[in-house]
Amino acid sequence: MSTTTEKPPVTKSTQKYIGRAMKRVEDPRLLKGVGTYVDDVQLAGVVHAEFVRSPHANASIKSINTDAAKKLPGVIGVFTGADINEKAGTIPCASPLPGGKSPVHTVLAGSRVYFVGHPVAVVVAKTRAIARDALELVEVDYEPIPAVIDPEKALEKGSALTHPELGTNVAFTWGLAGGDVDAAFKEADRVFKLRILHQRVTPMAIEPRGCAASWHSGESSLTLWTSTQIPHLIRTLLPGMIGIPENKLRVVTPEVGGGFGSKLNLYSEEAVVSHLAMRLNRPTKWIEGRRENAAVTIHGRDQIGDHEVAIKNDGTVLAIRSNIIADIGSYLQLLTPAIPTLTGLMIGGCYKLKAVKVDITGVHTNKMSADAYRGAGRPEATYIIERVMDYVADELGLDPIEVRLKNMPQSGEFPFTTITGLQYDSGNYQAALEKAKELAQWPRLLKERENARAEGRLFGIGLSTYVEICALGPSKIMAAGGWEWGCVRIEISGKVTVITGATPHGQGQETSFAQIAADRLGIPIEDIVVLRGDTATAHFGRDTYGSRATALGGTAIAMSIDKIIEKTKTLAAALLEAAPADIEFAEGKFFVRGSEAKSIGWGQLASEAYVAKNLPPGFEPGLEASSFFEPPNCTFPFGTHICAVEVDRDTGQVKILKYTAVDDCGKQVNPLLIEGQVQGGIAQSLGAALMERTVYDENGQLLTGEFMDYAIPRALDIPEYALGSTETPSPSNLLGVKGVGEAGTIGATPCIGNAVIDALSPLGIRHVDLPFTPERVWRAIQEKGGTL
Amino acid sequence: MNISVKISVNGVLHEAEVEPRLLLAHFLRETCGLTGTHVGCETSVCGACTVLVDGQAVKSCTMFAVQADGTEVTTVEGLASNGEMHPVQEGFWECHGLQCGYCTPGMMMTAVQLLERNEAPSRDDIRHALDGNLCRCTGYTHIIDAVEYAAKKGRA
Repeated sequence: MSTTTEKPPVTKSTQKYIGRAMKRVEDPRLLKGVGTYVDDVQLAGVVHAEFVRSPHANASIKSINTDAAKKLPGVIGVFTGADINEKAGTIPCASPLPGGKSPVHTVLAGSRVYFVGHPVAVVVAKTRAIARDALELVEVDYEPIPAVIDPEKALEKGSALTHPELGTNVAFTWGLAGGDVDAAFKEADRVFKLRILHQRVTPMAIEPRGCAASWHSGESSLTLWTSTQIPHLIRTLLPGMIGIPENKLRVVTPEVGGGFGSKLNLYSEEAVVSHLAMRLNRPTKWIEGRRENAAVTIHGRDQIGDHEVAIKNDGTVLAIRSNIIADIGSYLQLLTPAIPTLTGLMIGGCYKLKAVKVDITGVHTNKMSADAYRGAGRPEATYIIERVMDYVADELGLDPIEVRLKNMPQSGEFPFTTITGLQYDSGNYQAALEKAKELAQWPRLLKERENARAEGRLFGIGLSTYVEICALGPSKIMAAGGWEWGCVRIEISGKVTVITGATPHGQGQETSFAQIAADRLGIPIEDIVVLRGDTATAHFGRDTYGSRATALGGTAIAMSIDKIIEKTKTLAAALLEAAPADIEFAEGKFFVRGSEAKSIGWGQLASEAYVAKNLPPGFEPGLEASSFFEPPNCTFPFGTHICAVEVDRDTGQVKILKYTAVDDCGKQVNPLLIEGQVQGGIAQSLGAALMERTVYDENGQLLTGEFMDYAIPRALDIPEYALGSTETPSPSNLLGVKGVGEAGTIGATPCIGNAVIDALSPLGIRHVDLPFTPERVWRAIQEKGGTL
Repeated sequence: MNISVKISVNGVLHEAEVEPRLLLAHFLRETCGLTGTHVGCETSVCGACTVLVDGQAVKSCTMFAVQADGTEVTTVEGLASNGEMHPVQEGFWECHGLQCGYCTPGMMMTAVQLLERNEAPSRDDIRHALDGNLCRCTGYTHIIDAVEYAAKKGRA
């Protein structure tokens, strides 16, 4: 294998599973093709929904004629906004900002459409093919209106308005100031300006979205199966929209074929399909096509930033003043406004800035909404600050590593309070940087660059030393509770059922949560089953996003186990004829302190607890506990990525020669899964750095509407890796876990970007916008004459 | 007008009257009830729907069921034999070659074809062979490891 990892994890006898690279228990069903994704859910008598969607970015609807579609044999009904909008609520935004202006977001368009793909009507038919045929028979008379596409022009006086009723294209403004910015700029030896564009990207999970709903008329209850990251948040939000009580809605998340934030939303289709299942009293299913997925599932990033940086001649970065325009598209989806605020909060990266001022303007345009895409605001922040660090080094003729070291807090300074008011929980940034240098063979890389440049080749080295905010988060900063829930039940047989309110969808927590539970209970992992993704079994949950599932969901499970152990001590004491205070628990056994030989295990205790013949007074039967873990703080994983690239002078093609990553995600539960998260994250980041860009033309037509037009990395694009880690436990949860789901997408784009700019620097090129496609790089080279 | 087809899927003959426009992917999923074959793009790009038709890897979302009349099709459900995982399945499990698992069936079918043609592929050979199969979760490295594992296992 060509991924170099430093050394196998150490397994101590008292820590049998945590820290061990274990293959996943969820894999066999997926490998045999018998996992159940939403389109695999079989429902008797199911009917199929397909959506009529706007081909225009901006148009008023003059009329809709559904007669011909309704007459097509096999069509059950055709419904427009006029038929449904009153009954299916409006799409919620959970993170509105004070003073923000947002349009009413009905599930189907009313008298106007605002983006290509905007749903206008829904067709229900006996088969998916008939529903698709019927789409073409729905006649919609549109009157196109010039589209608002450029977010900067949208802010100019007299610009056309995306939503005329708001009187502005400004959806929200948000500001953050820390430290004395004016004083820092006065103190500066130099000030420079940098304009950084972070392009719009499309998440492109390989499984598009989809949902199916079934109305149980006898119970007046609804079951919704949906390919989502957030069944619990949907159960909180959807009932009010479709007019049923919360306790009459069950949301099931079967296997989910990738999310990356794109399934962290409550979408129109979920509300419409739920409503139709109730209205028609027939199970109703909708499966998104790829073109729909590219057009109407949320996009990510899309920020334009103008940054002013105050520095000292010794490389100290004093302050950043940023104006960021976020092109948020036509509507506020669930977390749309929150994303750029994360950019603001994290803009100082892992450095000790004296002052920061960030002003963000969210702008409405006639595009699909932008929202959380893996990293969600932090990749943008990291790209800015890590480009700044290289710019400083270039400006002052210093080593980029020395500039970073100069500005980092020391490990003894944690918890470290940033100038933006965050408290970084723990860290040792220098250690990760040192380790990455070692793995990357830094001196050799420098030599290779020197040799390559001597031959006239465009060879560059880049690095990024990132920090991210994860395990989101304390409820006081979250819209609808930031806790996580878990439940542990020792069954009567002694087998253990663990239920998590986090909703893993490919990350592997059926395995890693079993590792946590097995160690804490002192039992074989084979005796544990982890349940997830069904609100009927996982009664509470805040689900999976923001690299939160293990830090928060794993902790809720550990807390539940601790409660069961405490309770069981009373039972063990009665059976061992001792005082509860004298009972100890270790390695799955309860015993009287000092006489370990005479112990009882979970099997016997569970049996006693449920058969309930010999219970001590006041002992409630059963061995089950659940917990809500409310985190005191977020976690702050960090690391250093280093890569070497070579740019082909004739074609502009960038080739990554070697990629090194050292990530610190706190305590590691399963290093194999962590490696998978890191590699997958880097690949997505590589896509954003080198090829991915969601493009709307000047009329608002989406030009990147499928995989033939939107490039995501393929096997040939991926470099060989040298991966390593450091392990700095988080003090924010009892497992010491920080989270790793987004590390790769946050650390890698700036690393690659810095390497490409370094490769081009002998030509006098100091900046190229993302993504570094061959065309862009080639043009940049041509502008400089193409020669050294 | 429906057309009669006879297609052997994983050794079981399926006879059906199908619409001419029915895609092989939908025939497998809906007519045969084999939902391990996934549809990700309907344009032959992502490869999630890859199956073997007479031993050749084919993207079943762009082949009509009527075109497969008289052929022998192997899907992911047909990889294991007598309850034993195929070396490719074993490799994906051992090397964490899957996360969400959606692209996995197609990815494995392509890998099976590769190993039938080349029992000792280099990592670059594997990259080339898998270039028509997209994965958004793993970043491919563990998939390449998995195919290498399967190749070694198959030769053993």
